[in-house]
Amino acid sequence: MAKATVVIPPSAPKPNRFSGLGQKILVPILAVFTALVIGGLIILISGGNPLEAYRGLIEGAFGTTKAISETFIWATPYIFAGLAVAIAFKGGLFNIGAEGQLALGALAAAWLGYGLPRMLDTTIPAIIHVPLVVIGGALAGGLWGAIPGWLKARTGAHEVINTIMMNYIALGLVSFLLNGPMKDPSPTNVIARTPSIAETAHIGTIFANPALRVHWGTLLALIVAFLIWWLLWKTTVGFEIRTVGTSSGAARYAGINVGRTIVLTMFLSGGLAGLAGAVEVAGLNYRHELSFALGYGFDAIAIALLGRTHPFGVVLASILFGAMRSGATRMQFLTQIPVDIISVVQALILLFVAADEIIRYVYRIRAPKEEVIMTRGWGG
Amino acid sequence: MTTQALPLAQPQTSFWSRLGNARRYIMIATVIGILLLITVLIGRVENTVADIVASFIATTITFATPLTLGALSGLYCERSGVVNIAIEGMMLGSCFFGFIAAGYFKGLGLPDQTALWLGVLIAMFSGLLFAALHAVLSIRFKVNQIISGTVINILAVGLTGYLNRQLFFQQGAHQLQSAGTLSRMPIPLLSDLPLIGGVFNQPPITYLALILVIVTQFVIFKTVWGLRTRAVGEHPRAADTVGINVYKMRYANVLIGGAIAGLAGAFFTLQSVGAFEPGMTAGRGFIALAALIFGNWSPVGAFAAALLFASAQAFQINLQFYSALVPPELDFLKKSQIVGMLPYVLTMVALTGIVGRTTAPAEDGIPYEKGE
Amino acid sequence: MADQISALEIKDITKQFPGVLANDKVSLNLKKGEIHALLGENGAGKTTLMNMVYGLYHPDHGQIFVNGQEAHIKEPTDAINLGIGMVHQHFMLIPVFTVAENIVLGNETIKGLQLDRRAASQRIRELSQQFGLEIDPNAMTGELPVGVQQRVEIIKALYRHCNVLILDEPTAVLTPQEADDLFRIMRELTQRGVSIIFISHKLKEVLAIADRITVLRGGRVVGETTPQTSDEHSLAAMMVGREVLLTVEKEKAQPKEVVLHVEGLRVKDKREHEAVAGVMLEVRAGEVLGIAGVQGNGQTELVEALTGLTHSFGGKMILAGQDVTNATPRRLVDAGIAHVPEDRHQFGMIKSYPIADNMILNTYHQEPYARRRTMNNKAIEEHAKRLVAQYDVRTPSVYTKGEALSGGNQQKMVVAREFSRPIKLLIAAQPTRGLDVGSIEFIHKRIIEQRDAGAAVLLVSAELDEVMSVSDRIAVMYRGKIIATVEAKTATREQLGLLMAGITPEQVAQK
Repeated sequence: MAKATVVIPPSAPKPNRFSGLGQKILVPILAVFTALVIGGLIILISGGNPLEAYRGLIEGAFGTTKAISETFIWATPYIFAGLAVAIAFKGGLFNIGAEGQLALGALAAAWLGYGLPRMLDTTIPAIIHVPLVVIGGALAGGLWGAIPGWLKARTGAHEVINTIMMNYIALGLVSFLLNGPMKDPSPTNVIARTPSIAETAHIGTIFANPALRVHWGTLLALIVAFLIWWLLWKTTVGFEIRTVGTSSGAARYAGINVGRTIVLTMFLSGGLAGLAGAVEVAGLNYRHELSFALGYGFDAIAIALLGRTHPFGVVLASILFGAMRSGATRMQFLTQIPVDIISVVQALILLFVAADEIIRYVYRIRAPKEEVIMTRGWGG
Repeated sequence: MTTQALPLAQPQTSFWSRLGNARRYIMIATVIGILLLITVLIGRVENTVADIVASFIATTITFATPLTLGALSGLYCERSGVVNIAIEGMMLGSCFFGFIAAGYFKGLGLPDQTALWLGVLIAMFSGLLFAALHAVLSIRFKVNQIISGTVINILAVGLTGYLNRQLFFQQGAHQLQSAGTLSRMPIPLLSDLPLIGGVFNQPPITYLALILVIVTQFVIFKTVWGLRTRAVGEHPRAADTVGINVYKMRYANVLIGGAIAGLAGAFFTLQSVGAFEPGMTAGRGFIALAALIFGNWSPVGAFAAALLFASAQAFQINLQFYSALVPPELDFLKKSQIVGMLPYVLTMVALTGIVGRTTAPAEDGIPYEKGE
Repeated sequence: MADQISALEIKDITKQFPGVLANDKVSLNLKKGEIHALLGENGAGKTTLMNMVYGLYHPDHGQIFVNGQEAHIKEPTDAINLGIGMVHQHFMLIPVFTVAENIVLGNETIKGLQLDRRAASQRIRELSQQFGLEIDPNAMTGELPVGVQQRVEIIKALYRHCNVLILDEPTAVLTPQEADDLFRIMRELTQRGVSIIFISHKLKEVLAIADRITVLRGGRVVGETTPQTSDEHSLAAMMVGREVLLTVEKEKAQPKEVVLHVEGLRVKDKREHEAVAGVMLEVRAGEVLGIAGVQGNGQTELVEALTGLTHSFGGKMILAGQDVTNATPRRLVDAGIAHVPEDRHQFGMIKSYPIADNMILNTYHQEPYARRRTMNNKAIEEHAKRLVAQYDVRTPSVYTKGEALSGGNQQKMVVAREFSRPIKLLIAAQPTRGLDVGSIEFIHKRIIEQRDAGAAVLLVSAELDEVMSVSDRIAVMYRGKIIATVEAKTATREQLGLLMAGITPEQVAQK
């Protein structure tokens, strides 16, 4: 094979740490646009009016202060879960297990919220209780995520398979507990859910207006996104994670403990997913219910990729996905278009972000592509 | 010439490790045996042992059907080098379209069983279409195959959920009638046998699954097609240099896999239930993937794993039958969630190497780039 | 006369890759029954040319004639049908297939619906007897030694009735004995009417086996000659384009205290074979110890063990008085080891990282680049700018990605990083492999500078010339052991060549 030598012409602009930002944003935007167009066609074919549907969607997402608040409520767990998948990607790992880690985080948070005060038979002051619930949820998710990380580091077992398996184990576990030992015993309850958490474990809302449910967890999500960015690019830990993610050979050469870094990355990833669950419990639902966490894990993959695995990109992608979810209800109410169309559009977004060659071809974009490095196949 | 079977393994000395892959089958047989034994011990108070065993086997085979088909679907894809985590999505999508088609043909006035068989064909065809998307994304556009699979999984949930509501609720006018389910086909003579006769009185998709296991085992290991498929999954460049069209082989195998996943989908709406519910495959596609991996990418191995996983389900269902007889300390075994975890836990155990090396095709999941 | 028709004729082939003219009007004429060597440096375009003959690439211009007929080769199948076979440098064999399965793949015979394994084995045994290529059709390919795998590749070509056989650098992975065996097989083949193109960059081999030699340089044919009318000097000059005297200007070494002491070191390779079988060596400050040997005699594993990339399972390694046996790479770097790795893409650099980050790849945790786990971008940037200037790395910016650099500049980047900190021991493995002559000279000069500054240098190279010109002492590695150490000044090629083949002076004396 001939080795191609890329000769950089002297006139080429000198790259710096921030070069090519516009290029990085262009493809995701076009991917979203294209997915919306195809989603519109599906609505049209199945007998709906896409323009009205999308108008309802936008109205429902941004039309009123309340709508915007709801959008951010949806976006909050997406930010955490999207960061979870993104940081794993940076570490060369594919975490399909955000779903399970999130469920475990929510479960732990719920128990710390209702069970711990009962067990201690005391009221825990909010200043302690809230952090306890949030951190406890993160730890539970982190440990759940660290298991496949440890298995990979130890035996080479592929994290994709193991995180899929652990999603279902988590689902089984949570379903068992919510139907059994942790089930809300109140006589009116027939569904799989925990009792309400103590008021001292509630994350407060930002605004006094009771219609605006957006809570401080949203701000926490933004802060965490910033912290993850700082961790990845400004610290030696981040350097280690990224190096292991790019080349395990070079990482060993650089003196990095590859196995430990893999476990740490999966712990952080699971911890972020756990935070998503914990914040949902403490900030919004005040309990864990079996049906809450369904589907976040896969959406998180789409969000991480749409956000180019960059923490700030993840925030933007989460707001977009949150807007679609929160607007969908309004859309269904106004136009009778089922909310499920949003899943179709989200799948299409993921498709076009992943297969950006299609987008490049359709819109004749010539600029070079930015590869997200990730595990492929089962080879390990 | 040495005859050591495991070139890369550490020098192994203990009896257990020398068994190699046989360990897998021993483990499978042991677990099924234990589950069966517990069932018999609990149920025998009010039932004959023969009845219990026959019922256990019959439910196991029923539950194993979609798992076996799903695993075979993945097998064709992955042996040719395309990772398939979209078995679930392909199954869900095709079980919906197969159901719609059967209802549509019934609406045209066709007899129920004919409509159902046409529904099966449409289900297989829609599985093939989902697979075609996966193939184009992973082979032509070289998209990461795990992502491509995720796309199909999300798409299938969204599309079936959307169309289901749009067709049945929003536009209630077009209510489709269910054509029921495929009827059982007793095998002459065998089905009349005492005790185990029930095992030979299954609906058609179950027979097809069993036949496909044997056919696939033969195709993959004995035929030219299988040799080339494996070559393309192990070392595509080597296959290319001897004139095998890598892309064609991969496309063909992924499409075959899609059609088989479609058959697995048909099991749900056309053989088992006779109606569609959103998300009705309920993770069976992922158990099928687990069976494929547990079975080490071999058809017979995957079938054995499917039987194991299905027996766990059968075990729990059978305990429900004998609910009153279950001692209180074993009550947790009646919970579907606890027993339902077994396939996933066992697969994770298998991946650690305790029951022999689990080795995927070498180039599974890696897009092939021709020289230029 | 039929003999005047060429088995294969290549006329004015041109092939352009992005940024590189890989072949520029290359012509070559392979007569029936001859061994025709295609000689050239790394990157001269030899493999590209042959991949076009085999249908893996397509020429932009030019023609190919097989037996006097113009051939349009679009696919490997076309080449196979025309009787062309190729043994690639990296074998095209499937490790988990049997020998027979590998050989018949793509040309299977069937019986009913099944593969006819019996007929295949029968045919393979016949071929194997006919050409003296001993092989077991039922053996698992991945378990065979490389020499035997190569035989499988050759039978694979013969199974398809090839008349023209292309061998791409076939001796690179062979021991001298295996290489001799291969040469015997090649002669056997030509006697049975097979014509052979032998790609190599090793002058001696070419002179020993070829009937005619075509020399390629920078994608162009620079001449055609025969072993009778040329010698190593003239061939080397043609290959490189100028008189090459791979001597390095240096003062006499001033060896001081022992820096590296290795005793009885034993290392396993990836296949769990003992690749390093009790190595004993010492390197002093201020000297270069070169390790010569045919590739695959344990050099790679030795270097990996000495740099902490792999574990040894026996023996000791002492660095400046400290026992550092099986220490981590981190500890070894902190203790003053610099390592220019054999495979820079696997270990030495990260292609997608900017130069600035590559320049601190193994020192990122040290001050001033990081303080309390926080990276100091300013210090990193300044460090990179300084090194880029000092080591003449040609790049528009220190934020250019590593992959955008040419091979020579990438290696300079690695060298710059490793040589720029205070070091006690420098381990350089194949430091100039695949580089152009200019970069080679640059790197040799820097190695000598390190020596003169007081570092101990361990140089491992498969190129005997490099070892001879840079080293002060030469240790010869054979089958995992150092079988002799000689003074570089007095060593001769012949003496080293014998040692590399495992023949010690005592054995010579006995004869």
